[in-house]
Amino acid sequence: MIKIRNLSHNYTGGRRINFPDWDIDSMDQWLLLGASGKGKSTLLNILAGLLSPTEGTVTHNELNLHSLSGTALDRFRGRHIGIVFQQTHLIKALNAIQNLQIASSLAGLTFDDAHAMNLLKDLGIHELRKKYPHELSQGQLQRLSVARALINKPDLLIADEPTSSLDDENAFQVLEMLQTQAKNNQAALVIATHDQRVSQRIDKSYLL
Amino acid sequence: MNIYQISFKNLYRNPLTTGLNVMLVAFGVGILCILLLASNQIERKLEQNAKDIDLVVGAKGSPLQLILSSIYHIDFPTGNITVEEAEPIMKNPMVKRAVPLALGDSYEGFRIAGTDSSFIQLYQLEIGKGRYWKQDLEVNIGSTVAKVTGLKPGDKFYGAHGLDGNGDVHKQHMYQVVGVLKPQGNVTDDLVLTNIGSVYKMHEPEGEEEHGSAEHHEEKEISNKEITAILIQYRSPMSVVLFPRMVNKNTNMQAASPAMESARLFSLIGVGLDTLKYFAILIMAISGLSIFISLYNSMKEKKYDLALMRCLGASKGKLFFHVVLEALAVTIVGSCLGILIGHLAVEVIGVYQESAQARLTGSYFVTEELYLILAGLVIGLVASIIPAMQVYKVDIAKTLSKS
Ligand SMILES: Nc1ncnc2c1ncn2[C@@H]1O[C@H](COP(=O)(O)OP(=O)(O)O)[C@@H](O)[C@H]1O
Ligand SMILES: [Mg+2]
Repeated sequence: MIKIRNLSHNYTGGRRINFPDWDIDSMDQWLLLGASGKGKSTLLNILAGLLSPTEGTVTHNELNLHSLSGTALDRFRGRHIGIVFQQTHLIKALNAIQNLQIASSLAGLTFDDAHAMNLLKDLGIHELRKKYPHELSQGQLQRLSVARALINKPDLLIADEPTSSLDDENAFQVLEMLQTQAKNNQAALVIATHDQRVSQRIDKSYLL
Repeated sequence: MNIYQISFKNLYRNPLTTGLNVMLVAFGVGILCILLLASNQIERKLEQNAKDIDLVVGAKGSPLQLILSSIYHIDFPTGNITVEEAEPIMKNPMVKRAVPLALGDSYEGFRIAGTDSSFIQLYQLEIGKGRYWKQDLEVNIGSTVAKVTGLKPGDKFYGAHGLDGNGDVHKQHMYQVVGVLKPQGNVTDDLVLTNIGSVYKMHEPEGEEEHGSAEHHEEKEISNKEITAILIQYRSPMSVVLFPRMVNKNTNMQAASPAMESARLFSLIGVGLDTLKYFAILIMAISGLSIFISLYNSMKEKKYDLALMRCLGASKGKLFFHVVLEALAVTIVGSCLGILIGHLAVEVIGVYQESAQARLTGSYFVTEELYLILAGLVIGLVASIIPAMQVYKVDIAKTLSKS
């Protein structure tokens, strides 16, 4: 589904980061491993179309991602890639369900009510759908941001260091949740982490 | 839920800031709207009343006062002129129509004007009820007079000495209403019209004051063979230069041009109006600055939302408009509110106005008000462009990796 070829990135004034070629098939689950500063976040940003690589290509279902125009790339990202951040970023002015609705609206899709309810139920937060972000706990916020990442039925779910600030129990729970949700929603999963605790939990890994 | 609703939610989340900014815009637009409506209406009233009158001839004194008293019926007359003096002017070949006016009395604050049938032709008056006046002491009343006093054909009343309604009542003769005029939309609606003979009759038996004491014209009354002013229409526009000069030079009277005096009056009022206008513009500039500052400050927090929305698929242009809309919503609501305030204020001013002749009304719209809304739009746009430019600068990945 996704092919990475001859990819490298050079931040202005920084050293060149080379990325080995990589094929991600649909519904694959990968760990993106590497010590801090190796370029994991950089690669995820390139995969998400948030950053243009200096050299090489990323093709997503035969589509060369970085040949798209700015607006088309934004739209592509909204529809095909779900992103879970280390920090949960939600829009404070909107309640839980509205945060999901806006994700559909920004991607130019009509909101699928039933799908949203299923996601929220699966994640055990459907009773909190009218709550605003400041009324939710950290764990609930993370579940909500996973729901948001999946609301538009993306082919690829990426998560950058989702576990590093959590204790063991929570770290494994989050990992479990991401794996289950990705599978249930037919999305490939890429988790970038330098967290040693999770490194054995997923068979496929890509090392930087 | 779409991105533009978030603009409104953001405003709703900061009611104090939003309220203050809306009020600032509303005050600026409100003051400008009041100025616009008032000056427009006054100008229109002035024009309506003076439309066909080329020149006013009356006793020497302030030309503006002569115009105000004999066309707009606001100020006191400059004095009286004798019929012997007036007659040659009225019969001059350059004059197409000359309307004599004898002022001095009033009824419940409405002026009684002694004149002849040429006044009816000049203002193209029409009778609504009853008939035109014929004999001494018969009067026609304007539509406003009828409405306010409740007088109707057949009613009788005593006139009062003086123009301000505080004078003694002339008890010896009673006027009789024989007709009510159709509404004209000008000063004639506020007049009581009769023939000059009636005015003479009112003052016949009373002791005359000295002639020629022009300084005390307020107390001076119409005496026999005297009138207050002549309203003149020229036969040809060529007379504009010659005729007034002839009057001013060769007679003991003065000639004043309504067009020139109205223009002069406006330039006098204009200074005050300009000051108020600049004050209002200053308020609007401050409102723009205030919107800019609140938006700029909120950008620090908004940066995360913007970066996030980019991740979720929003284009830069869409986000730019999302930021601009927040300012536009404030200025559009503010300027609409300002226009509402302006109209209400003008209506209230009208209610408390003493002079019925220049009464202002709030239910009067001018096209320039659209420019006020446009000005609101421009302020919103200008105030939000710099904050909105952040949309193009923000580094999504970097912003979202920080907390
Ligand atoms: N926006 C940036 N500008 C310049 N250098 C950067 C930027 N982001 C990351 N880097 C550098 O690129 C390298 C890789 O960073 P990153 O992708 O964040 O690594 P990781 O996520 O594996 O810790 C690091 O040396 C980092 O300092
Ligand atoms: Mg990283």
